[in-house]
Amino acid sequence: MSSHIAVIGAGPGGYAAAFYAADLGLKVTLIDNEKNPGGVCLYRGCIPSKALLHVAKVLDEAKHAKDWGIEFAAPKIDIDMVRDYKNRVVEKLTSGTGQVAKFRKVNYLQGWASIVDARTIHVKKADGGEETVSVDYMILATGSTPTKIPSLSIDSPRVLDSTSALDLPEIPKTMLVVGGGYIGLELGSVYAALGTKVSVVEMTPGLLPGADRDLVKILAQRIEKIYDKVMVSTKVTGMKVAGGGNPSGGGGNPSGGGGNPSGLPGITVSFEGEGAPKEATYDYVLVSIGRRPNATIAGLDKTKVKVDAKGFIETDGQRRTAEPTIFAIGDVAGEPMLAHKASHEARVAVEAIEGHKSVFEPAAIPAVVFTDPEIAWAGLTEAEAEKQGIKVEVAKFPWPASGRAIAIDRTDGLTKLLIDPATERILGVGIVGSGAGELIAEGVLAIEMGATASDLKLTIHAHPTLSETVMESAEMFFGQATHVYKPKRKS
Amino acid sequence: MADFILPNLGDGVAQGDVLKVLVKVGDMVAVDQAVVELETDKATIEVPSSVAGKVKEVKAKPGDKVKPGQVILVLEAGAESAASAPVAAPAVAEAPAAPAAAEAPAAPAVAERPKVVDIAAGRPAPATAPPAPSAASIVTAAPAAPSVRRLAREIGVDVSQVPGTGPGGRITQDDVKEFAKRVMNSFGSGGQAAAASRPAGSGPALPDFSKWGEVERKAMSGIRRKTAEHLSHAWNAIPHVTQFDKADITNLEAMRKKYRGEAEKAGGNLTVTAVAVKVIATALKVFPQFNASVDAAGEAIVYKKYINVGIAVDTDNGLLVPVIRNADQKNLIQLSVDIQQLADKAKARKLTLDEMSGGSMSISNLGGIGGTAFTPIVNWPEVAILGISRGGFEPVWNGTAFEPRQMLPLSLSYDHRLIDGADAIRFLRWVVEALENPFTLALRG
Repeated sequence: MSSHIAVIGAGPGGYAAAFYAADLGLKVTLIDNEKNPGGVCLYRGCIPSKALLHVAKVLDEAKHAKDWGIEFAAPKIDIDMVRDYKNRVVEKLTSGTGQVAKFRKVNYLQGWASIVDARTIHVKKADGGEETVSVDYMILATGSTPTKIPSLSIDSPRVLDSTSALDLPEIPKTMLVVGGGYIGLELGSVYAALGTKVSVVEMTPGLLPGADRDLVKILAQRIEKIYDKVMVSTKVTGMKVAGGGNPSGGGGNPSGGGGNPSGLPGITVSFEGEGAPKEATYDYVLVSIGRRPNATIAGLDKTKVKVDAKGFIETDGQRRTAEPTIFAIGDVAGEPMLAHKASHEARVAVEAIEGHKSVFEPAAIPAVVFTDPEIAWAGLTEAEAEKQGIKVEVAKFPWPASGRAIAIDRTDGLTKLLIDPATERILGVGIVGSGAGELIAEGVLAIEMGATASDLKLTIHAHPTLSETVMESAEMFFGQATHVYKPKRKS
Repeated sequence: MADFILPNLGDGVAQGDVLKVLVKVGDMVAVDQAVVELETDKATIEVPSSVAGKVKEVKAKPGDKVKPGQVILVLEAGAESAASAPVAAPAVAEAPAAPAAAEAPAAPAVAERPKVVDIAAGRPAPATAPPAPSAASIVTAAPAAPSVRRLAREIGVDVSQVPGTGPGGRITQDDVKEFAKRVMNSFGSGGQAAAASRPAGSGPALPDFSKWGEVERKAMSGIRRKTAEHLSHAWNAIPHVTQFDKADITNLEAMRKKYRGEAEKAGGNLTVTAVAVKVIATALKVFPQFNASVDAAGEAIVYKKYINVGIAVDTDNGLLVPVIRNADQKNLIQLSVDIQQLADKAKARKLTLDEMSGGSMSISNLGGIGGTAFTPIVNWPEVAILGISRGGFEPVWNGTAFEPRQMLPLSLSYDHRLIDGADAIRFLRWVVEALENPFTLALRG
């Protein structure tokens, strides 16, 4: 008889685990409080934000077309329809995963799980019923939620997190994004394109902490253009409802034409930092300062599962917790909190349950920021190389030398390779520019395959594409890029 | 500005715990000056700086786990620094043992640095140079495609041990299969068995002992784990034979007592072990096949032109085998002083990896505790080991009557691949005669 696996949480980690286990012939129960599998990623994260970023991109390009001799009238934005479009995207995908779960005979339980013991789960179902499931293995894939700053939390519909920001209550006139990480920049860009005057405040000296500065610089130039104000090295010290009045009930009061919220009190924010005002009032504030793992699972204390100081469930290379029959994957099992990391871990954990010697040991996990331009990197970064004292040679190809980039009028890009000078092996790839998120795939493959700069150089890339910038970066390493004259320095 | 980056600590030593940082901000550091004290699986080692200059920042503190490649000190380059920085070439000149080091698995140029090889890890160097301790080994996995890494995992090969034949040292499926084949073949014939075999003790699952009574489970100490790995490997790789004999040390004991005071004055202890080291050091000159290693993969025998004798030391932390360098060039007083110092260091866990590697042959003296005979395990990659049990008076027939003589039981274990039984007993007889009549050391040594 095959084992019975229960997966708690049906995000891209959980449903990937459930589907894979089902494909391998295991009996699978998948538990989540949403109607269909999807999790934050499909319902409130990656996917809806990409739908809106697509809308933003069309708006931006329409404006940009003026430079090419085509002028459109100011767009008429029906925010309800925009929201509806986003919701249709979500609905289409999540009903799809629901179907696929059915086809695979996954026992999907909509409800709330609590652990009774290492082999038993109790589910309070959304339809009011209750069910107790006994299993051989559990995979915890409970994900993460946006971090709140307790001292700054005020209860107002004008203070958004990534979830409520995606609901597009209306098009605000002004908005402050707290936190210059990828979530804030992506959502901020959406609102900026819709016509909101967006400001961003970041505590560290630069946007996107963790990413290489040369990549961020190119994005920052653009952000500074489309945002009202970029405040780095600045702290938010207080937040209150403007004028002391009651915040409106929100509930969407779209004003059709260009977002003029109807005189409702905004949020007054006080700052501490050079170049920042002491105080300013915004229609809305989006708090996007990070995410924290959802490791407070009811009944977890009845198992040997351990949670570390940062709130992540501790696992080994196979994603097995201290309780041998319980695995944890995705955001709840550690950084980086990325959907594709979770899906990969899902396969490792299921294979481990099946007795295979699988281990989570990627050579590179791509990170993509879906701003415009996009930033993407994989493997070693320059900052990390410096920190660890690793000698690398960096080969850069600036996009102003790319034919395709010029043709689409998007030369605001850079492709770079981090190369081990001893072996010429590709250790890291960083890209900023239009479509960087797609281009990074080649870099990840190069790193995983142990490819050398010669391998990339000798691979024919289609012309004229932005992917050529990867090949030409490799050529730069040898001082022989076709479209850039820069002889290799003799050392 | 130059940084001091933790060098490779030797095969199999992936990290160490910082015990002490020996310099502080503002200190001037010279090349080869010890700057940090690390505890590794096998020993406490002092790591010397490879660069000189004024310490600007110390990036390690006691308790930190550090790995090769990690920056330990940030230095402002001093006036004379840079010139002497690149690999310690002068070390070769200073080290009398260096020419021989060329044969050893360790890189010759670093002979004087406490780099090198714990006794468990004397694996032959991979065919291609291992990727510099730079990027490759630290940040990313071995240069092997995911499918290749999976294959390696499934057949139980540690992919980071596999020498890659592809560009940039890339490891192919064939490399992994070839490596696995070699490992399989080398079981019982030396080579890389240890690289792929599971740590000692893996095997069928243990029964539940608590069924029969109370038990306590404790993690193996680092030394115990290494000892288990090393001895399992030695036992698997070497076809062992042990031969026994007894030496009449009645006269030797009289002389030993007579000269003991002289050794004490010099800070040593003129023990039977000290005499045995002298005898073995001399015997190795006469029997070069005992001062050799078997390169099973290369189908070669490596003869050593140096004579270093290892002594097994029983410590609270487990078995350690410090090595007396150039034992053939030292007199008994010097040897007894060396032994005393190394034994003290062993007990204080202060031995460096260097002080525990490069032996020609080892001696294990259990006579102080007891026993009539035992079969010691050869300290691979050496090929022979002398065991000494408890000596005592026995009636010995002198032709006309039984005479009480003090007899010392000896055991000689050896690698039968290289040493034939007749040679072994000749060697052991030579040792016995030298102990019975030390004059032969001068006569034939």
